[in-house]
Amino acid sequence: MSGLDIDSVLVTDLLVRFLRAEAGKFGFSRGVLGLSGGVDSAVSCALAARAFGPENVLAILMPYRTSAADSLTDAAEVARVTGVRSKTVDISAMVDGYLDQEGVEERMRRGNVMARARMVVLYDHSAVEGSLVIGTSNKTELLLGYSTQWGDSASALNPLGDLYKHQVYQLARHLELPAAVVAKAPSADLFAGQSDEEELGFSYAEADRILVELVDRRCREQELVAAGFDPELVRRLVDRIVLNQYKRLPPIIAKLGERTINQDFRYLRSWRH
Amino acid sequence: MNCLVRLAQVDAQLGNPSSNLEAHLAEIERAVGDGVDLIVFPELSLTGYFLKDQTAEVAVAADAELLAPLRERSRAISIVAGFVELGRDGRVYNAVGFFEDGRLLHVHRKVHLVTYGMFEESRDLAAGEEFVTVESKHGRFGLLTCEDAWHVDGAYLYFLDGADALLIGSAGPGRGVTGACGELESNRVWRTLQEALALFFRTWVLYCNRVGWEDGILFAGASRVVDPSGGEAGPTLGFDPGYLDQRLDGAELERARIKTPLRRDERPWILARALHQRLGLQPPEEE
Repeated sequence: MSGLDIDSVLVTDLLVRFLRAEAGKFGFSRGVLGLSGGVDSAVSCALAARAFGPENVLAILMPYRTSAADSLTDAAEVARVTGVRSKTVDISAMVDGYLDQEGVEERMRRGNVMARARMVVLYDHSAVEGSLVIGTSNKTELLLGYSTQWGDSASALNPLGDLYKHQVYQLARHLELPAAVVAKAPSADLFAGQSDEEELGFSYAEADRILVELVDRRCREQELVAAGFDPELVRRLVDRIVLNQYKRLPPIIAKLGERTINQDFRYLRSWRH
Repeated sequence: MNCLVRLAQVDAQLGNPSSNLEAHLAEIERAVGDGVDLIVFPELSLTGYFLKDQTAEVAVAADAELLAPLRERSRAISIVAGFVELGRDGRVYNAVGFFEDGRLLHVHRKVHLVTYGMFEESRDLAAGEEFVTVESKHGRFGLLTCEDAWHVDGAYLYFLDGADALLIGSAGPGRGVTGACGELESNRVWRTLQEALALFFRTWVLYCNRVGWEDGILFAGASRVVDPSGGEAGPTLGFDPGYLDQRLDGAELERARIKTPLRRDERPWILARALHQRLGLQPPEEE
């Protein structure tokens, strides 16, 4: 995948600088993140450890009672090799409290509640720690909308948001993260045996090759089809990107006044910083 | 010309001119102590870059109080700094001030505003209309603000004037990390452009870029000087704040121009005639 391959040394340097500078600007020098045992959160954790120093990063392992056992052991191994502080917060009781009360059976609803419970834990700890929540969503999943809004997609700073899944793997190898974490099949682990690629119906490798053409190189659908990409897959990816735009933007505000937030009240977060 | 120029590769707080001014004054004091003749700061160095609605809020007239300390310190050292200028006509410009001998000697208003991709300058700023060579006591300088360097007209006009050096101030965002390149793609193309300008126009090219981040966008540094033969005059700065000193020696410039007398052989009336023809204007008199 030559067109997708990144210069891992350069990217690591940039992302470490990014975390340090953007947090530092607002007086923060610590990070908190959820560690799932997967490759994305492992990379975010390693970057945060380099940016803030391992002692200033709190990795929280947040298993639910149905989580795969190796998620926890792999996450613990990531915390060990990166040297960050870690803590386990079992979310079963808080999640079941709601799921049982409402009688939620549907997988997607259950999964979303778990993802949002983890967000609650992370933001609560960020307040205790005086730290920022470091994101773990990569560009592939943000484009495909394969995440829970206000759940795993919630963060203050996201070092991975402009990296395709293929590129996250590259960084993981460069950062010498545990082989088990890099090798295993990607899973949101919201129910037993879940697999991202089975659920999506295509592989990340296939998706990345098309997404980079559509998004980064601004190719049109028909050009990709003419170049030999599967027409049905190209269409499905385009549809997903369009459908999930809502997840990537703040809520819609009805414009009433002369100056409306995010419309004609335009300031960066870096405002006066 | 024979002067010591310092490129000050600084960060800026977004829309906080008084704080940025203090940082400028600290750099200026250090440069004065080091015997520097001319210190150059990057594009919009006093205000930061992605100003959006702050643009109008931080705009000041060229004779504003905010710039008084720079005018004052320019008695000891010539200073090039970027600010948002509120013109007498009420329009707001991406401006560069050249301060010397206690006054604002020249203001360059960015001509080629950049409004594509991540940029939206034309939304908030008015475009400058001219390229005027600065007649400084240290030499003759052509000021280009970032995108101005990507259009050939400014550098060409300065070349016709016989400017000694092009000063490019930039707030250039870094992007492009694929390939085992060892540098950002945006910095690679900037290097090529700087060298091309030096080769086309046989002039010093001084590139002073910003560093720091604004909402996830990196200003990618890589400030450097290219000599009048298109070669590396010295090191290239990285992503950290820092500075680069370069002595600009008129003798070296002269040698490069004798060796390759492009200005002598240039016949600008060919271009002038063709432009008049294409634009439907009266042709100039034959030379």
